[in-house]
Order: sequence, then C-alpha cells, then structure tokens
Amino acid sequence: MSVTTAERPHQHAAQRRQGGSTLTGTATMIRFILRRDRVRLPIWIGAIILGVVGSLPSFTETYPTAADRQARADLLDNPATIALTGPAYGTDNYTFGAMTANELLGFVAITMALMSILLMVRHLRAEEETGRTELLRAGVLGRHACTTAAFTVAAGANLLIGLLLGLLMPSALDELSTSSSLLFGAAVASVGLVFTGVGALTAQVTEHARAATGLAAAALGVAFALRAIGDVGTEWLSWLSPIGWAQRTRVYVDDRWWPLLLSVALTVILMAVTYATTSRRDVGAGLVQPSPGSPRAGRNLSSPLGLAVRLQRGGLIGWAVGLLVFGVAYGSLAPSIEEFVSDNSSIQDFLGDAGSLIDGFMAMVVMMMALLATAYGLASLLRLRGEETSGRAEPVLATAVSRTRFAASHLIVALGGSLLLMLVGGLGLGITGAIALDDGSMVGKLFGAALAHVVGIWLVIAIVVALFGWAPQLVHLGWVVLTFGVVVGVLGGFFQFPDWVTKISPFHAASTLPGGDLGTVAVVIMGVLAVALVWIGLLGFRRRDLTTT
Amino acid sequence: MTTAIDVAGVVKTFGTVRALDGLDLRVSTGEVHGFLGPNGAGKSTTIRVLLGLLRADSGTARLLGGDPWDDAVSLHRRLAYVPGDVNLWPNLTGGEAIDLLGRLRGGLEEKRRQNLLERFDLDPTKKGRTYSKGNRQKVALVAALASDVELLILDEPTSGLDPLMESVFQDCIDEWKDDGKTVLLSSHILAEVEKLCDRVSIIRTGKIVESGTLAELRHLTRTSIHAETERSVTGIDQLPGIHDLVVEDHRVTFDVDTAKLDGAVRHLSGFGIQTLTSQPPTLEELFLRHYGDELAAEGVTAEAGAPS
Repeated sequence: MSVTTAERPHQHAAQRRQGGSTLTGTATMIRFILRRDRVRLPIWIGAIILGVVGSLPSFTETYPTAADRQARADLLDNPATIALTGPAYGTDNYTFGAMTANELLGFVAITMALMSILLMVRHLRAEEETGRTELLRAGVLGRHACTTAAFTVAAGANLLIGLLLGLLMPSALDELSTSSSLLFGAAVASVGLVFTGVGALTAQVTEHARAATGLAAAALGVAFALRAIGDVGTEWLSWLSPIGWAQRTRVYVDDRWWPLLLSVALTVILMAVTYATTSRRDVGAGLVQPSPGSPRAGRNLSSPLGLAVRLQRGGLIGWAVGLLVFGVAYGSLAPSIEEFVSDNSSIQDFLGDAGSLIDGFMAMVVMMMALLATAYGLASLLRLRGEETSGRAEPVLATAVSRTRFAASHLIVALGGSLLLMLVGGLGLGITGAIALDDGSMVGKLFGAALAHVVGIWLVIAIVVALFGWAPQLVHLGWVVLTFGVVVGVLGGFFQFPDWVTKISPFHAASTLPGGDLGTVAVVIMGVLAVALVWIGLLGFRRRDLTTT
Repeated sequence: MTTAIDVAGVVKTFGTVRALDGLDLRVSTGEVHGFLGPNGAGKSTTIRVLLGLLRADSGTARLLGGDPWDDAVSLHRRLAYVPGDVNLWPNLTGGEAIDLLGRLRGGLEEKRRQNLLERFDLDPTKKGRTYSKGNRQKVALVAALASDVELLILDEPTSGLDPLMESVFQDCIDEWKDDGKTVLLSSHILAEVEKLCDRVSIIRTGKIVESGTLAELRHLTRTSIHAETERSVTGIDQLPGIHDLVVEDHRVTFDVDTAKLDGAVRHLSGFGIQTLTSQPPTLEELFLRHYGDELAAEGVTAEAGAPS
C-alpha cells in the first residue's frame, strides 16, 4: 500500500471531525443575525447609551449644590421609593455617582433585560415557528450554532453597551470616575446577560415566540418584585434577583465587583440547560407537545370578535395574573412605609405624614400599572397588523366581514383588556393595601385611581389605531409613545422635566391619584381625542389596500 | 348568459410597479374559467381586487352585479375564496377554522362539510401549526366548498395537494359546475385547467393576452401531422402556415397552424393518404408560446441594453 492512499482516509477523518461539530456555521449565523438586525440592534444600543449619557449633564443643572443633592437623598431614603427603584446606597454623602446608581441603574438594567429577551426569542423561537430554522438546519449547520450565534450577538450587545457606558459616562459628568463607570456598565450588562440566558431557555420551552417572550418577561417581573420586597425589608430575597445583584455592587459608593459573579454563574447554568435541551428536542417542537383539539368550533367562535378573544385569551389571562401579583406585592409593602414614618418624627416634617407618603407611593404604583396595561393594549392591538401581514386577515375579509368589524374585534380586546388589567391590578393593590393598613377606604381610592388612568391608556391605543389606518408600516411608533410615558412618569421626579413635557404625557392627568386631584379637563380632552383618532383610523383602514409588508 | 365577473381596463400600481396594466376579464355565470399566467403576472392581484382587498387605481370591476370594493360584505356572502398560500391560526384546530370561516360567510352546509372532510381525508382535530402545506390547503378548500355560494374564487388551490387529492378536487369542481355555479380558477397546472375549464384567460405582465374557449385558443396554435401516402408529397411547402416540414419518401411530418389545417389535409389527400395521425395542440404549448415570447423579448432587450 502506498503512502498516499494511507494518508487519504486520515485526511477525510480529519475533515469529518472538522465538519461534524455541533457549532459548525456559528460564524456565518452571527454575520447573518447582525445583517438582519442591522437597524434594530444599533437603535437599541444607541438609545440606551444616549439615554444614559445624554441625561447625565442635566444632573448638574437640576442638583447644582451638595445641599440640593442631599435633599433629593432624603426624599429617596424611604421604603416607598426604595421599593420602586432600589436600595439607596450612599445617601449620607449623596454624590453624583450615588445618584446615578440609585436613580438609573435599575431602570437601565430592566431595559437591557428586555432587549436581550426580545433578541433571543426573535432569533431562536420566532425563527423556528416560521420554519426558517428548518431551512437553515438542513444545510451545514451544527445543532447549537443558532443558539450560540444568537447568544454571542445578544451577549456582545450587552457587553458593548456596558463598555461604552463605562467609557462615555465620565466624559458626560466629570464627577463619575472611569473605573466606577465601568462597574456601572458591567452591572447593567450582567442583568442583560442573565436575561439573554432566560430568553434562550424560554425559547426552548414553548412552540410560540409570543409565549416564550411572555414567560421570559414574567421571569423579569419576578426578579423585579423579589428585589422590591427584599430591599424594603427581607433582604435575602434581593439576593435571589439578578437586578438585586447588580444593585449590590454598590457602584460609585463601594464599587464591589463580586456580586456580578453570581450573574455570570447563573447565565452559564441557563445556557447549559438550553444546550442540553437543544440536544434532545426536535427542531420546531417545544418541550410542551401540542395536543389535538376540538373538531368543531364552539359557539363563541362565530364572529371576528369571538376569534380575537380566542386568540388573545391566554395572553390576557397571563397579564391579568401578572398585574394582580404586582398590585398585591406592592400593596403589602404599605405597612413598612407607615412604620418608617412613625419611627422617624424628623421625616414627618420633611415628607409630610404617613398618609401622604403612602398616597405618593400608591400613585407611583398605579402609574406603573397603567404603563404595563398600555404595553398590553399596544401588543394586543398590534395583533391586528400581525393578522394582516401574516395573510390570515385575507380569508376573513373575503367573507361577509366588513373592514370596520374586523378592526373593531382586536380593538375591543385591546381596550377591554387594558381596562380589565387596571381593574384587577387596582383591586389587588387596594385590597392588600386596605388589609395591610387596616383602612377600608383604600379599596375605593385605589380602584378609582386605577380607573382614572384608563382614558390615557386608551389614548395611546387610539394613536396606534390611527397609524394602522393611514400608515400601517409605522404602527410600532406606539412603543415610542409608551417609552415617553415611562420616562416621564417613572423618572420625571428625578429629572424635573419642564412642565409642558410632563403635561403632554397621557399618564399625567391621573398621576397624583389617590392623594391629589384628577385633571378632569385633560381627561375629557384625551377622551375626545381618543374617539376621534379611532374614528380616523377606522376610516383610513376602510379606504386602504390590505398589505403584507 | 349573464356575467359573473366583468373587469375592464383595471390598473393597479404598487409604487413604480404596474401590477395590473389595463386588465380585461369576463367570466360568464355558470362557467369554470381558467386564469393562467406565469408567477408575478398579476393573477393574485386581480383576485384581490375582485375581493375588495385591494382598490383598483382606474378601470371598472363588477362582481355578481355589484362593486367589489363598495359592496364587499354583501358580495362575500355569495362567494367563497381559497387563497394560494393558506396561513392558519396556530392555536385553532382545522375544524374550528373551517367552522369559523363558514359562519363568518353566513353558514356551512353540515352534510357537505362532513362529506368533504372524508373525501379530502382531513383530520379536523389538529392544530393549525401542525398541518402540512397540503393539509392547510385542504382546510381552506373544505371551508370554501362546504358553503352554499354562487361563485368560487380559487387562487392556485391545488398547490401542495397530492395527485389523489387533486383528483378529488377536480371531482368537486365538476359537481360544482353541474349545479350551474361559477368558478374562477387561477392555476399553474395546465392539465387541470384543460380538464376543468370551459374558458381560459392568459395573463402576462398585468394584461390579458389571450382569452376564449379551449377550442378557440387551440385554433391559434399548431397541430402536428404525421402521414404516410401512396406517392411522395410535393408542393406542400408552398402552402401557408406549414412549419418544420420533413418529407422522407412516402412519409411526411410537419406542424401546421391550426387555422390552416383544412388546406394542408386537402393537399395531402391528393397523394393518397394511407395513415394519418394528428396531435392537437396542448395548453402547455400555448402557454409556452406566450411565455416563450416574453423570454425571447427579454433576451433581446437585455442584449440591446448591454453596455457597448
């Protein structure tokens, strides 16, 4: 036997080994994902960095003296605010750094977690659901290539944001050191990283992308609630939350890096479970197998509204449970606030009596509920556009269903669903608050406050109805309106935006309830505007072509 | 005979693309009308205009005596539609989707629904996500065929069906036709159109280029003739409409424009015909001739447009 023939099998074996890895094609997939997200990803990264770095210069304007900062610190250092933002470290010497950490870290971390969840589900489960993964996996592509590529991109985006924040924050606000800012960047990136893992895992569990996103978002909600309850009293609970770990770096105050090791470890575990699952399950399948259903449609499934309710039922129930838990969790914190105020007589001079502090806290909680209910309302209304682009609207509109009736179906679910969420959340908050404070009037007050927000929520939905009718490609601008509401509503107290900015938020009119007064005029105006926008939107939809792009 | 579909000079543009460019289409009541054309010729756009899903820029379209855009809802009670690419709701079963679409139209015929499920061998308990392409198509077909309507609009309804199911489909359309109902059938499968359709319209780049009965259309094509004669055939090349002529001793083979067939056969008979076979033109040839022209035309313009 000659030398050459002996070499050949060896070469082939080497090639086979080289080509047989479960990671083959990862590099191509990474380039592919970057190509597909060439607009989306820079927007996320740019928006987060600009949001943080761009807001820093305003610190020196809003809080020019140490006394101003100290006043803000005194305002912060109570269970009500801590439950909403995070543990207030360094309040005895409230530097710009401590301020940045307390006011911004949690908020930025949640944004990055959301970005990571959406990216992972989009590139893993949504791709499998449409069948595109099958096309790719039939090529020379390893079993773990898609997961690895998506993880690399999402983790890379988080680390890039963290690094850029660390480098850019000091230039925007001189008092922030680079080393501490790098830790700030690492802390927010660590939360994003964990939820990259969470998104990867939930993408394995369910067959539908929507359910995978919902599951991961629920995990984010749990992480937030754990740290809220933990920060106010039961501190070990905060040590169960990635957001809690990031905040426990005590960045700009003590600069501890080690809590981030917990995030890294959890990410490794989540990804290990994800890989193990991908090795076992079929492409396209989830861990939960679909079961056969009814051969006949029930009586409710006889109208477009019946169809919309059926399609959105599961999601609405999930959201309702989420808001109920949110309301109950925050309602149960009320006694800590009362106790805190009665223990500190000096605080009473500064913040007013326990009642007003609790009212302020409740107003913030109801506002956050309204923002969540709006997010639901938008996602629910956007199903209308989803049905249109997927082509499922076409056979429905080819039956005796008018454009208006079709559009009204998902619109009614969006309006009614967001109302239901406020009712459920408001009741949950009111009843637990009433029990915890032994004050029955809380139920009515909080229920009313929750209801007062509904018109504002509907206005945001109505804006998207108008877009749907006239510029269907732009419907996602609704999220920009919501983001504006979140920034003004949640961070407004800190940034002290100009009056007119605060007032154009649809969530402003009811923002001081239950303690303050309802902006009745504003509510009426918003109501009229909402009706007009819905009417305009439906008019537009009746006149335009059905499009799929 | 009344007209079920009457489209005249319809133009529809998407940005700079002229998807329909003065389209005329007439379908009489009670006929099965084949709607043929290559991909992207404008078949689906025409159907969407007829369904009031798209609004024509200009021209007139009448459907069952009404306006497809203004009277969409009332007209849709009288027609059923099967899209070319059926996308079902992932968490609804096939049976639920059939019932839903039927009820939205105004009701299903219970017996026919059951009968069609059996004939198409469709399991109605599976969820939309788990159906194959062919089975999704069957769901839409059952939903449409089980309804009591006057007009069926089918956009490539058999794409994805296996040959067995295709023949079930053809039987269904035949029965439909026997009931005096109207069908507009857009298709790629020429054998199917040849088998089912009374009249055919061929669309190319947004215009109808040919329309008529199959017999009329055949007239425009060539019949190929093969004959053996007592004496060698001469002079046939002088006749009009003769192509690809081959004469070998007493055997002769040629194609003749179908309109000139009579003259060619008369001429042959002068040489003592012993055997004669003629092959009628297929729809495929017809189609290829129109499509082939387009390809050739594109080839020419591509060359002309090449940089010098």
